Amino acid sequence: MSVVTKPVTMPAPNLVAGEEDNYLTHSSGFLSWALTLDHKRIGLMYLTCVMASFALGGILALLVRIHLWNPNLDPTQALFSNKVYNQIFTLHGAVMVFLFIIPSIPAALGNFLLPIMLGSKDVAFPRLNLGSFYLWVAGALFFLFSMFATGLDTGWTFYTPYSIESQGPVVAATMGVFVLGFSSIFTGLNFIVTINTMRPPGMTWFRMPLFLWAIYSTAIIQVLATPVLGITMLLLAAERILGIGIFDAKMNGDPVAFQHFFWFYSHPAVYIMILPAMGIISELMSVHSHKGILGYRMIAYSSIAIALFGFLVWGHHMFTSGMADVTTIVFSALTFTVSIPSAIKVFNWIGTMYQGTVSLNTPMVYALAFIFLFTIGGLTGLFLGALSTDMHLHATYFVVAHFHYVMMGGTLVAFLGGLFHWWPKMTGKMFNDFAGIVSAAIVFVGFNLTFLPQFVLGTRGMPRRYASYALEFQDLHRLSTIGAVMLGTGLLVAALTLLHSLFYGSKAPRNPWGGATLEWECSSPPPHDNFSSAPTVGDPYDFSNIEYDPKVGGYFKKK
Amino acid sequence: MTTAVAPAPTEHDHHEHPSWLAHHFDDAEQQFDAGKMGMWLFLVTEVLFFSGMFCAYALYRNRNPEVFEFCSTFLNEKLGAINTGVLLFSSLTMAWAVRASQLKETKTLIGMLGATLGCAAIFLGVKAVEYSHKWALGLFPGKFYISQVAGAPHSEVPYLWYLSIAPLVMLVCFILYYIYGIVTASKFHLRVAGPLVIAAACFFGGVGLGLVLEAEEGHGDTHASASHQEHSADHAHTDAAIPTVNLLSTDTAPLNDVATTPAESNTPDSSVNQKGMAGLFFSIYYCMTGVHAFHILGGMLVITWLIVKAANLEFHSKYYGPVDNVGLYWHLVDFIWIFLFPLLYLIT
Repeated sequence: MSVVTKPVTMPAPNLVAGEEDNYLTHSSGFLSWALTLDHKRIGLMYLTCVMASFALGGILALLVRIHLWNPNLDPTQALFSNKVYNQIFTLHGAVMVFLFIIPSIPAALGNFLLPIMLGSKDVAFPRLNLGSFYLWVAGALFFLFSMFATGLDTGWTFYTPYSIESQGPVVAATMGVFVLGFSSIFTGLNFIVTINTMRPPGMTWFRMPLFLWAIYSTAIIQVLATPVLGITMLLLAAERILGIGIFDAKMNGDPVAFQHFFWFYSHPAVYIMILPAMGIISELMSVHSHKGILGYRMIAYSSIAIALFGFLVWGHHMFTSGMADVTTIVFSALTFTVSIPSAIKVFNWIGTMYQGTVSLNTPMVYALAFIFLFTIGGLTGLFLGALSTDMHLHATYFVVAHFHYVMMGGTLVAFLGGLFHWWPKMTGKMFNDFAGIVSAAIVFVGFNLTFLPQFVLGTRGMPRRYASYALEFQDLHRLSTIGAVMLGTGLLVAALTLLHSLFYGSKAPRNPWGGATLEWECSSPPPHDNFSSAPTVGDPYDFSNIEYDPKVGGYFKKK
Repeated sequence: MTTAVAPAPTEHDHHEHPSWLAHHFDDAEQQFDAGKMGMWLFLVTEVLFFSGMFCAYALYRNRNPEVFEFCSTFLNEKLGAINTGVLLFSSLTMAWAVRASQLKETKTLIGMLGATLGCAAIFLGVKAVEYSHKWALGLFPGKFYISQVAGAPHSEVPYLWYLSIAPLVMLVCFILYYIYGIVTASKFHLRVAGPLVIAAACFFGGVGLGLVLEAEEGHGDTHASASHQEHSADHAHTDAAIPTVNLLSTDTAPLNDVATTPAESNTPDSSVNQKGMAGLFFSIYYCMTGVHAFHILGGMLVITWLIVKAANLEFHSKYYGPVDNVGLYWHLVDFIWIFLFPLLYLIT
């Protein structure tokens, strides 16, 4: 415990700007990035690409909302034709799910942080890691192709039989998903092996930061679920090219089988999206409350529990698709079990703040927003998991609102929180905290304004994916559109805050927030090899010897 | 703690890192453990990948068992059995190669890797015969399936030649490479080119073997009509009793009703012998064996990579992870075939 490595005990000299070799200045030139095996650079490249995808998906979302400003009862007067509208919401969903949310936290932040939090030099397979990134790029290119070929209108779920008959470039899109799937599999595989075999001396399983537990659980799902998506997409492509008929009712095939195959991946994929977000929140709650996490083991176990339960509930997407009654009841019951580990986490996060010294800075504000939004998202899931209410709510705006509360209010907000939290570590620059808090506030209000009305729309019977609607829905739709524009503004403020810091931000100290995990023990930004020697590992949530040093504007660990 | 015990922190930097040990690993054991675990996880994903198709198989066999009985008569179990034997043998040579790499017996290692590669090529050669034969009969997947009619002439398209073009080009290239090795008198090139030439030649050995066995079984029409008769006999029917026109016209009938219509319930040939029935079986057949064949091809690529490394004398008792891991992968590919063979070929 007390053996702290040399640079850690002497933070001050290293803080002189420009003198220190870090991973950003270690080598230069295009190839030094394009061919890098450094997990930090790969993480940063992921971050850039993932954010670009998010911007694309976000613009598509705004187009959808602007289109729905009017009821469009006369399609000729509408902003987009029905066909174009179908393409826009399809691409919004597909880009957000496959290009943004799934890789966002694990591939971008996870790649950057996992080896540093483990005190190792890199992930177990650095070449495979770079390969994953290029697979992501290749998959994204397929998607861009299907975007410019204009016509992918199947929805992101590619349900048969429509996806067999649609004129759109379904094969290109499915191949994109296939390739992206392998990117995700290899990332997960890399992380599992790294955590299993490369923990430093002293870091037992229960001394790992909770973010790593979350990433580990996520990686299990990535490895176990994604191959099924891969084969499903391959079969769908074969369906279109060779007419194999497995999912085609005209050929005695079974379209519902496609839904089973698809959701066997895509429901666990929901946990690929949310679990890492939960990991971020566990870190943020503890660090910014300057207090050890409440119920460490329960949070760790609940991550694994969510990952495992997540495999047993896919049928709840298909309550109305035609399944045996017993099957629907079993799936419904299993669905409710997932709420238990989720509730444990929320309880522990709130308990962590109790009697803590809460610093209300940007990451913490985002984390608080997460808890509020995720709780609403989780609780509204119960209505959809219950058979009787789902019959009414299935395929309405209620579903749209529910999963946006979980995916966007949950994952995206946590991702932003994590991004602000680790931004000083990644770039070595401090951002303007006030601007960050303002962005969080606008995002929070805008988000609720966008999606709360959609719950009401859904319960009143507004179906999802429609390009037009009855006049009675107009007010709520307009509220939602106003909210979406506000949400977009908030995100823009967040982006500008971060970009501004790159150019005008002050030099970040080693440990600006007072974290006790290993990434705060190396300089900001970290050196090429992370640690010159394997660091000694203590309790990641022991804040008793973390003290503030006003000279550097950051914290340090007392010897 | 599954990991190797890392050296004390302060000593770490002074440890020598041999060229075969990646910079981020502490020692050989950690590197080996990581590689092995990664490969096992990859194998798990492979099993799940195939599981989708096994599910589809279970679903449709459960729904239409008579289709699977009818169609498996078109599969030549002798060819399947030979291929099973070839793959099992290749697993032996692969395991032997792992041992040889640990003992640093480079000659044996390259020999065994070459043998594995050769077996894989024989497998693909036999598979090429099987596929081309089925295509000639019109046994295509799904909507391309051509209803089988006794005595119908089969396609004259030389599918087997098409499938042989790439191996032939490769054989020529490898022979040229071998000659280049002789000219430059480079031991390395000769070590690499030798097994490659043999493997490419093995493909044609496999083709020959397949053709002989296929001919034994009865060629072309006789094979198809034989299975027809055999099958029809079970249901007290003869080929002649099923008019050709009827066979083809059922294609347009609502397919779901066909099997349940009482009048046709005991004429499985007419209800089964169509795109939505037999065609679907062949979809599953081609998907499963096709994806498996792609895994064989992938395996051949990595084995070639191993041969290059082995010719470079890179493997020794502390660094043989790649051979071990490729071996694991190869056994899995073998293992999947062991499931495919009975499930597809040995139904009746």
